[in-house]
Amino acid sequence: MFTIFGIPGPLLFGQLLLGLINGAFYAMLSLGLAVIFGLLNIINFAHGALFMMGAFVAWMLLNYAGIGYWWALLLAPLIVGAFGLVLERTLISRLYKLDHLYGLLLTFGLALVIEGLFRNEYGSSGMPYQIPSALQGATNLGFMFLPNYRGWVVVAALVVCLATWLLIEKTKLGAMLRAATENAPLVQAFGVNVPRMVTLTYAGGVALAALAGVLAAPIYSVNPNMGSSFINTVFAVVVIGGMGSIIGSVLTGFGLGVIEGLTKVFYPEASATVVFVVMAIVLLTRPAGLFGKAA
Amino acid sequence: MTSSASTTLAVARSSPATVFGYTPVQAIALAVMVALVAFTPSVLYPVFLMKVLCFAMFACAFNLLIGYVGLLSFGHAAFFGMGSYVTAWTAKNWGLSAELAILLGGVTGAGIGVVFGWLAIRRLGIYFAMITLALAQMVYFVCLEAPFTGGEDGIQQVPRAKLLGFISMQSDMAMYWLVAGLFLFFFLLIHRIVHSPFGQVLKAVRENEPRATSLGYRTNDYKLIAFIISSFIAGIAGGTKALVFGIATLTDVHFSMSGEVVLMVLLGGLGTVFGPVVGALVVTAMENYLAQFGAWVTVTQGAIFVVCVLAFRRGIIGEIGARLKLAL
Amino acid sequence: MTRPMPTRRATLLGAATLPLAAGLAAPRARAAGKTIRIGVLNDMSGPYRDTTGQLSVACTRLAVAEFAASKGLTVDVLSADHQNKPDVGAGIARQWFDRDDVDMIMDVPTSSVALAVNSVCREKNKVFINSGAATTALTGKQCSPNTIHYTYDTWMLARSTGGNTVKSGGDTWYFVTADYVFGHELEEITARFVTEAKGKVLGHAIYPFPGTTDFSSFLLAAQAAGAKVLGLANAGTDTVNCVKQAHEFGLAPAMRVAALLMTIPDVHALGLATARGLLLTESFYWNLNDRTRAFTARAKPALGGRMANMIQAGCYAGTLHYLKAVADIGADAAKADGAAVVARMKAMPTDDDVFGPGKIRADGQLLVPSYLFEVKTPEQSKGEWDYYNLLATTAPGEAWQPVDPGCPLVKA
Repeated sequence: MFTIFGIPGPLLFGQLLLGLINGAFYAMLSLGLAVIFGLLNIINFAHGALFMMGAFVAWMLLNYAGIGYWWALLLAPLIVGAFGLVLERTLISRLYKLDHLYGLLLTFGLALVIEGLFRNEYGSSGMPYQIPSALQGATNLGFMFLPNYRGWVVVAALVVCLATWLLIEKTKLGAMLRAATENAPLVQAFGVNVPRMVTLTYAGGVALAALAGVLAAPIYSVNPNMGSSFINTVFAVVVIGGMGSIIGSVLTGFGLGVIEGLTKVFYPEASATVVFVVMAIVLLTRPAGLFGKAA
Repeated sequence: MTSSASTTLAVARSSPATVFGYTPVQAIALAVMVALVAFTPSVLYPVFLMKVLCFAMFACAFNLLIGYVGLLSFGHAAFFGMGSYVTAWTAKNWGLSAELAILLGGVTGAGIGVVFGWLAIRRLGIYFAMITLALAQMVYFVCLEAPFTGGEDGIQQVPRAKLLGFISMQSDMAMYWLVAGLFLFFFLLIHRIVHSPFGQVLKAVRENEPRATSLGYRTNDYKLIAFIISSFIAGIAGGTKALVFGIATLTDVHFSMSGEVVLMVLLGGLGTVFGPVVGALVVTAMENYLAQFGAWVTVTQGAIFVVCVLAFRRGIIGEIGARLKLAL
Repeated sequence: MTRPMPTRRATLLGAATLPLAAGLAAPRARAAGKTIRIGVLNDMSGPYRDTTGQLSVACTRLAVAEFAASKGLTVDVLSADHQNKPDVGAGIARQWFDRDDVDMIMDVPTSSVALAVNSVCREKNKVFINSGAATTALTGKQCSPNTIHYTYDTWMLARSTGGNTVKSGGDTWYFVTADYVFGHELEEITARFVTEAKGKVLGHAIYPFPGTTDFSSFLLAAQAAGAKVLGLANAGTDTVNCVKQAHEFGLAPAMRVAALLMTIPDVHALGLATARGLLLTESFYWNLNDRTRAFTARAKPALGGRMANMIQAGCYAGTLHYLKAVADIGADAAKADGAAVVARMKAMPTDDDVFGPGKIRADGQLLVPSYLFEVKTPEQSKGEWDYYNLLATTAPGEAWQPVDPGCPLVKA
């Protein structure tokens, strides 16, 4: 067995891979945040709560309607996305003319309400959710046993991130979206329904969070606090990647997952802090984040 | 992010005719407040009131930034919490007297404020909020790991140090007068700062930073100084709370504490003189008396956030002031 | 065993809400001070809501309903949420003693909060019966003449799970440990019992607490080390996540998972398919014997379809014994001097349907047996909440930490 820095090679590869899997969740969550921030200029503090809702909706679909994982993967984002649509139309849209900080405060309050209500209803020890039968078991990669489900998470996250990037960078819809980010009144003057686009963007970002929630349900405890334990790291990812940068959030998400994974090998006590250390360094050298434009 | 010129935080404007920087109405309100601070402990539970006053100090410090400079910090818990740790630690392990321990708490807050401010001050709006939030998270993790904070248990059984080394603070009422004195001192100090020439420049920066710059003001320096003053007072508030309850814990540096102070100021009225005090009172009372209903505290807090932001942006005091056409 | 069902709950509930609502008002003159007031202080909204929370309150009320009226005592039960914050907990305790005339505080999960409440109770000479917190400091360095420790602590968990598992063949261990006092203490003591029983500790991973959701790296390291038992030195959501991910990575059957602190609501949350084969220790299980089943039958209407764990049931036992002591020395004397009640509680042997007969040591530790359980497979389970197989019983004499010379109470 060969070793790298005193750590057996196979173990190191295993940890790198696991870091990548965690990175997949960071990437998907920060992607949604970045999309929303790009167009609405709102830091969606409710993102963690909506991620949690995604997982809970999957659980409800299974327990109240007997709908399994694969359909939940489609339905939960739609349901939570629709909820986001309602939120945007009834609450958030009232704030666009005001300072953007109000958007932050509003979504912060929404997160408290949503998490509190779920805690009241479902307690906090969490709900059981099984891995779908098709993805149970593990594959021997030579250096580690990779649970099939984890492999699926990475693949799914990569596909989703790539699709979102293509949608925004390569399609006409994406072009309009980017144009509206630059100059909304002008795009409106060209006959594009900008408010509707904004609404759909918010719903889309929220649906991404919910999708991540469904993917997380079988491996993490489905409980009302699951979002808040993720969201701080994800905010750090967004700040490091450069706020509003889609490619930045995806790359930083995966990258930080790997860095965190490596820290778990060499100095596990610091694995939660390392993200913030990276952030401090980035802020000192590139205040706009790695991929951000100067504000 | 557009330039700060479009900043439209709902802020009550002060009218020009003033006595020591107070309009007659404000002077009356101030007298009422002083009277309330002096007489309520004979009616209400003093420990509860001390908690309110500590948070009122904290909220006033926060209001100095958001109300008069237009900066929303999401990391004020770092100053409050570190202040509380340092006060508790020095009072317990060095046996410092109350005023020195609290002062050290304030200095600690200011010290961290220098670092935070230096890193964050050049950014505006949401960027500023996010950077302060992230930095505060680092402070939180340091507190979690560092041996001197006692980790999860915090620093417990902190003695109520003697004032000036010989006045006992053991009785709740003695402690109350110290807290009340500190609160009034910093309340007046903040008012004095806001109405000084320095404060006028701050307001100019808030209203239109490019114009202030073009008039020759080094706006970043002004903002940084305001930030440091705010973090100093936040540290004092945290230190005082640690002495009152004899305990300093992770609660005080946690991210939710930053959110709580935003809630207090928002609910009371951004940029109003008395708003933060009223906000602190309402939020603390709510927490105290909703404690038996469990998670409903969180739900209620969240709902208040939402309602304030949507329909009530001037806050309680701002709204009353607007109805009566007065600056409170 | 038939006893009257709780009938006074409605009136008690009403009484419980009054004092808090009136808490802002001036100190009121109270009639004769004969009403004993018990405050249940625990987590109603956070991670320990399901393992303590309302069910602890319900069990406390049950003890009051069964005992108080027959002895002519009037007893109120209050409750509050300490949000797992020591300052909030200490603040509520102070207010309860100063304003609301509370005489005894019950439960208090989370060691940091329990220690804070411990010092307030001592300062005010009231009674603190701990059922929820695990720290051994309450009967060690910080032991107090006003405090009794019920139900469980880290030492007892480590003794039962660590010692007995090695005996049944699980002789090589790997620990996953939460990086805070509780986690370290739990790992350290368990490791001691493992080595004492001729077992071996192959390694450990310490992870940041709170804030870790993914444990797969540590599980992988444990697998690489080739240990037979994975010891989880953590609690609550972290343990649930670990077990879930251990199942995912297929650690069983090569490796057994020992959750050093886990109780029945967590097992319920995981589901038997995931939790099967898990080793854990409790000092109470509803289906243990006739007395525990009788207790559960009486408590059932108040539990709302759930099942009490050792902590919640411990609130019943603690309250019952407290009320016996109060009845013994009289309500007025009990209100005046908390330490006197505690001294009386130590002098009397305990006996209740939850823990059976037992006694309280000079340092305040209740001595009852502890039980090592294995979680059933879905096929073995015969109905809802039928979750445990009993593997080993540790007698009261061996189940608890020997008296800590650091406790000033035992020197005298």
